[in-house]
Amino acid sequence: MSDIIRRDPRKEWIARNRLHPEHLEVLAELGGGASPSEWMGPNGLTRRNPHAVGFIGPNGIKRIDRSGAQQAANQPGSRQAQPKDTRRRVEIETPAFMVAVVPDLPGGRLSSHDRDLLGLARQLADADAERPGAVLAVIFGEHKESVFGEAGVDRLLHMDGEEFSGYLPEVRIAALQSVERELAPRYWLLPDSPLGGAELGRRLAVRLGERPATQVWQVEADADSDTGWRCTARGAAGTSDITRAMPRVALALAECAEPVSETRHAAQPVELTQALPEVLGRIEDMGEVAVDPASVALAEAEFILSAGNGVKDWDGYHHAAQVLGATEGASRVAVDDGFMPRDRQVGATGTWVSARVYVAVGISGAIQHLQGIQSCDKVVAINLNEGCDMVKRADLAVIGDAGEILAALVARIERYREQQQENRDAA
Amino acid sequence: MPHNAKSSDNAGLNVAVLVSVGRHPLTARARRADQDARAVEMALTLSGAAVRLVHASVDDSDNEAALRSYLGMGIGEVNLIKQASGADVVPALVTSLRDMAPQLVLTGTRAETGEGSGLVPYLLSEALGWPVISGLAAVESIEQGVATVLQALPRGKRRRLRVRLPAIATVDSSAPAARQSAFGPARRGEFDTYACASVMDELQAKWQVQPARKRPKRLKIVKSSSARDRFKAAAAKAESGGGQLLSDVSPEQGAEAIFALLKEEGVLR
Ligand SMILES: Cc1cc2nc3c(=O)[nH]c(=O)nc-3n(C[C@H](O)[C@H](O)[C@H](O)COP(=O)(O)OP(=O)(O)OC[C@H]3O[C@@H](n4cnc5c(N)ncnc54)[C@H](O)[C@@H]3O)c2cc1C
Repeated sequence: MSDIIRRDPRKEWIARNRLHPEHLEVLAELGGGASPSEWMGPNGLTRRNPHAVGFIGPNGIKRIDRSGAQQAANQPGSRQAQPKDTRRRVEIETPAFMVAVVPDLPGGRLSSHDRDLLGLARQLADADAERPGAVLAVIFGEHKESVFGEAGVDRLLHMDGEEFSGYLPEVRIAALQSVERELAPRYWLLPDSPLGGAELGRRLAVRLGERPATQVWQVEADADSDTGWRCTARGAAGTSDITRAMPRVALALAECAEPVSETRHAAQPVELTQALPEVLGRIEDMGEVAVDPASVALAEAEFILSAGNGVKDWDGYHHAAQVLGATEGASRVAVDDGFMPRDRQVGATGTWVSARVYVAVGISGAIQHLQGIQSCDKVVAINLNEGCDMVKRADLAVIGDAGEILAALVARIERYREQQQENRDAA
Repeated sequence: MPHNAKSSDNAGLNVAVLVSVGRHPLTARARRADQDARAVEMALTLSGAAVRLVHASVDDSDNEAALRSYLGMGIGEVNLIKQASGADVVPALVTSLRDMAPQLVLTGTRAETGEGSGLVPYLLSEALGWPVISGLAAVESIEQGVATVLQALPRGKRRRLRVRLPAIATVDSSAPAARQSAFGPARRGEFDTYACASVMDELQAKWQVQPARKRPKRLKIVKSSSARDRFKAAAAKAESGGGQLLSDVSPEQGAEAIFALLKEEGVLR
């Protein structure tokens, strides 16, 4: 639909004139059925009729929905502006320099820490509008991220392959050294996070012979320093602030800068011209060790199966948690009723969890509970009630009885495990 | 402890633990650094291994008590490397570790005073040419110059690694807590002091250090032109976020969808 507002002054005039013989038809036409509460006046001013706001509820009481959802439906010709992507497209053809970022990509996606870091990289790259730099993201292994450009990446170097799937810091450092040799970025930025960035960044800095700034939380322009930038970093276990000239390699904390939101970038793929060197690693990755999910603190757990008032078959639930290998959580009602221990309560008065995947079984999604799962990535709801808040919050909601769905899920996973076992036996 | 079963053959294993002086987070008093103490604890649980503590000290007037509390964990002496104040301790540590030739060097992840950058183990690894691993949670076994260890990952996970010795490993707060320090052994323990040429840390002298400022809290900025959108964002409750909704499906279909999501996210083992 075009954005141009087309007005028919005659119809508007009829709509205002209650005595006009065509008044009702015109109202119906303009207001889409109900009498309009809002219309464009003759001078382009919006006119309102407060009496026409709202609708008659089921009990015969007039209700007003201020969320705007109802009014939007009544707008003539649905003239509601669609949320348009107003972000500016930026392409940097010939960058004056590069700022390399090595994001963590936990679970194959950019974390908020990674986005902050990319924001910081943009700050460094865009300082001089005449000679803009490009942000180069170097990522290892498989990923599921599709919005690198919106996070501020101009060039994307994806190192894919068998050798990057496990924990092989020596191989990664060798690869980053090749990047240094070929692309010579002006700055290297890594997240100072326990997810791998802290370790990789220190290894890289030492290998490049640079003295990095660690735990950086602020970077400001500073004409006096050699690099034109000054950074503030935490020292002495977070009790002091060290202000120094920005070095080439920096390991930054979360919220070191605002993430990119106003521009979209090209995220153009680049490749190294030379093959990566063969590295003989002295550290061998034997894979992750299965830990008892019940021993993992709720706040730290990655995968939580949380039970609420809708769970009737508690043995089945505990069995499901065990088969899934998930840490158990609970809503307050489940705890108050004595089905779950207090230290398993999720929510405002319980634990704020940070799971990557949170499965809410029979939980309605009270605000106190939703607060506790704010930072969860993916939420799955299993519930009987299609309209409850947890279903609205969820990325995947399955409507049905919790017991039956959990039983089916357990059966599915057992089948999957068997298949895996067969494959392993065959191999 | 799982490693005790196999650790009788640790005889002849030389372990050096780099210890530093810590700072209590509340009282700011000198104490044994928490992570370093955990490293000492880990070394002591390798039964049969010879454990040596190494501390490169720039000034130890009021730090003696803190260092003695490592001795109180049941170790006879601390090797003290004397350094001028303002010195970079890495070169001195490299020299003394070369002399000592331990198979395993344990350190904390980060110091509690000074720059606290956590770079020392990596610098040592580069200078000595030994591999370094971070976040050691347990040593499972040491056989024929290869150590099998568990590395602590975030979210309480563990990864098994095999590393060729000699190696350097850092210990963080996920390692077992350190035993208490006993007063008597702490008094009786000795310092084995020797001097080593100091290399000044010139870069650090140029830095400005001040007590940590409080970091500004990030505000939730809603970029929207209309007041209604801003209000909605400020008073946001749950709204349908475009999630997938499966109603009127059989439990099996629902389970299949959940299974696919769990598998896609890689949380199933
Ligand atoms: C000050 C204060 C603090 C609070 N703090 C917390 C807190 O920290 N954490 C917390 O969780 N709560 C907290 N609450 C309580 C909160 O308000 C809710 O009461 C509580 O979260 C509801 O728990 P629920 O979703 O398990 O139960 P209900 O609201 O009873 O929801 C049960 C859900 O299960 C569904 N269901 C029923 N049967 C089935 C079935 N067979 N199969 C599938 N689904 C089914 C229903 O449709 C419903 O959606 C707090 C309350 C207050 C006043």
